Amino acid sequence: MKAVKTAPDVASSYAHQVDNLYAYLLGVSIFFTIAICALIIYFSVRYRRQSDSDRPEATKDGKLLEILGSVIPFVLVMVMFFWGAKLYFDARIPPKDSIEVLVTGKQWMWKLQHPNGKREINDLHVPVGVPIKLTMTSEDVIHSFYLPAFRKKMDVVPGKYTQMWFLPEKTGEFHIFCAEYCGTEHSLMVGKLVVMEQQDYAAWLAKSWTDGNAPAAAASDDPATAGKEIFEANCTVCHTGKPGAIGPNIIHAFGSMRQLEGDEEILMDDDYVRNSMNNPNEHVAKGYPKAMTSFKGNLSSTQMKQVIAYLKSQSEASAE
Amino acid sequence: MNDSAKTEPKLNYLNAGSTVKSWLFTVDHKRIGVMYLASIVGFFLVGAFAAALFRMELATAAPDVFSNDTYNKLFTMHGIIMVFFFLIPAVPGVLGNFLVPIMIGAKDVAFPRLNLASWYIYMVGGSLTLAAVLFGGIDTGWTFYTPYSSVYADSNVIMAGTGVFITGFSSILTGLNFIVTVHKMRAPGMRWMRLPLFIWAQYATSIINILGTPVLAITLLLVVFERGFGFGIFDPAKGGDPVLYQHLFWFYSHPAVYIMILPGFGVVSEVLACFSRKRIYGYEFVAFSSLAIAAIGFFVWGHHMFTSSQSEYAALIFSILSFLVGIPTSIKIFNWTATMYKGSIELTAPMIYTLGFIGLFMVGGLTGLFLATMAINVHLHDTYFVVAHFHYVMVGGMMMAWLSGMHFWWPKIFGKMYNAFWAKVGAVVIFFGFNFTFFPQFIAGYMGMPRRYHVYDVAYQPFQMLSTAGAFFMGAGLIICFATLAASLFKKENCGRNPWKATGLEWNQADSPPHPHNFDAPVVVDVEAYDYTDERIYQDA
Repeated sequence: MKAVKTAPDVASSYAHQVDNLYAYLLGVSIFFTIAICALIIYFSVRYRRQSDSDRPEATKDGKLLEILGSVIPFVLVMVMFFWGAKLYFDARIPPKDSIEVLVTGKQWMWKLQHPNGKREINDLHVPVGVPIKLTMTSEDVIHSFYLPAFRKKMDVVPGKYTQMWFLPEKTGEFHIFCAEYCGTEHSLMVGKLVVMEQQDYAAWLAKSWTDGNAPAAAASDDPATAGKEIFEANCTVCHTGKPGAIGPNIIHAFGSMRQLEGDEEILMDDDYVRNSMNNPNEHVAKGYPKAMTSFKGNLSSTQMKQVIAYLKSQSEASAE
Repeated sequence: MNDSAKTEPKLNYLNAGSTVKSWLFTVDHKRIGVMYLASIVGFFLVGAFAAALFRMELATAAPDVFSNDTYNKLFTMHGIIMVFFFLIPAVPGVLGNFLVPIMIGAKDVAFPRLNLASWYIYMVGGSLTLAAVLFGGIDTGWTFYTPYSSVYADSNVIMAGTGVFITGFSSILTGLNFIVTVHKMRAPGMRWMRLPLFIWAQYATSIINILGTPVLAITLLLVVFERGFGFGIFDPAKGGDPVLYQHLFWFYSHPAVYIMILPGFGVVSEVLACFSRKRIYGYEFVAFSSLAIAAIGFFVWGHHMFTSSQSEYAALIFSILSFLVGIPTSIKIFNWTATMYKGSIELTAPMIYTLGFIGLFMVGGLTGLFLATMAINVHLHDTYFVVAHFHYVMVGGMMMAWLSGMHFWWPKIFGKMYNAFWAKVGAVVIFFGFNFTFFPQFIAGYMGMPRRYHVYDVAYQPFQMLSTAGAFFMGAGLIICFATLAASLFKKENCGRNPWKATGLEWNQADSPPHPHNFDAPVVVDVEAYDYTDERIYQDA
């Protein structure tokens, strides 16, 4: 029989940092639990009623207990607060070099899509040592994407995108759970995260793409073709260099460096295009007004993906 | 001591009438309290039965007793019944109704007919909800999260939601009644600072009930309307916001935790003082910490939503406020412990429950700190750690306090003393059974086991197995406890006015069981609360 595990896997240094904080809270809790229980037991024995005629003297209320009893816990919990908040906020923004995986929750499965379009159900393969950013939404009810080995969890909400990220630092297989109760087969909405060596991941990604393991894009529903339709319906007016257009011409720009307000440059990649559709005013092209409205909620993640595929195909076509 | 047993039985509220009608149309707060007791115990048994069934299922990782759907309906039934029909009304409905008027020296509550109406409303809402969970069932969890509840669930959401909605009015009206009673009906000399801490706790609870319950009522109504008539409040397909529901729900349901536990604080203060023969240390701090908890408790609801996609900055504020609510709570624990110092301590059954309460509630409170810490909450949210945490507060805290209070005031309510030995056995078995049941769940939760899982990873099985074994152990304790109390009713002997030699008007000025009008003569209060140096309380018994 295997030994009973009493601590969760640790798959990232962030998980380790959370465990350290956990250890501090555990220390404080154990101290107070033992101290109070010991006092209660000691008093129960030491001051047990000897006879019915016992008349203990009244104790005068002092302020000392109330002051110490507020100040000491206050200091201890403020350490918890700041430490916990710092960890939380430090780990909030995904690094720029993250691989973005699209996650769609659905009763009762996880649908995952890699940057090259490769899809998986419930299992997620990722390379070790590279931050993974999950952009998540739900097709029906609220779910929650939970990676216990990384001490991370984020609700997956219909009608909006939520985001979480993690940095896998060791290879292996880890649990993916749905943590928000989502109906009949909630407990079956589980998967596994497979963290692979980088070269294995690359091989896995390329292989699956061609050998038909995954539903690769068929000619009939080529994402670029679908993207063209969406682009023409939503973006053409401002973004194809028409006279008087209030946005930059981006039709052949994918993969190039773009000039931003404040003399910054940014690579126009998948992430940038997606972000520009969701948060258009975060990086505004030099010389153009902040005029674009967000397509968050109007375009699904799949549709955004298709728009990106279309832009990619246009700039590749112009390069040839 | 047994004088009253030997002579003709005096008129009391129990022998004042014996017909069914004399109960169903009574406006006597004591009889209404006893009616609450009977109905609340009924609901408790239904909720406990559901728990026994799903604990059986959870003993192993594989699904071997129930289908997914039945399992989901069982934990939902357990949650809804226990929260809305046991935990919330148990102390105010039974002990509050019985004791609030007597403790302040009044003949009845301010609005006796309204008080009876509250019980009927509770029964109507309870019956509707019971019908919903028993016939067809509901599978949303007691939290009714949207859009699952409002659009996707295929179960009795409307019926159960309506039942809880109706029952809410019972809480509101009882709260209103207690507030007016405490303000307007105190006997001459019963100044605010002479009030028993039980009254302070009931008062603080009543305020939360009045302010919070309407929000729950509105929220449930919106869910019912969305489900029944296709309103688009929470359904994102219609432009609604499912997370808005969580804000509204927890705006009530977090303070509801204090609705459940504050009355328990009141019970514990009374029992501890009596069996230490000491005034509660730092009376003012204990009294005002109840009000502080009631006030701050309204601004911490977002700690249920750290991973819900609410703003991170909102989460920051909710986190710090959640820590602050811990301060008045820790003050109470320190003061209770200090009360025992140099006291004269007698470990009776109510005292064992109360000391058990302090230990278990403290563990519940301390593990609450883990959940208030943002980075740790993200890991522990919606895992068994949360389940263990709130059961330490609700069962280890509130249920232990309720049982403590039932054992303490049982002789006052029925005039009969139960078997002291078996009552203590029950208390000890429940205490250990409880820890056995819920402590392993902290570890399962830290290891990442999500709550509400019917089928689970085999790595968590040892903890679930322990939990199931502990639950049946605790069940045995509850059977001993209820049987001991019930057996006492068949005793002939009256326990006398003040078997515990306790302070308080209910012990020193009222018979056991009390006269229909509570007191033989108008009451005038000339002593401070918990004056255990007053020789009169020792002679009167």
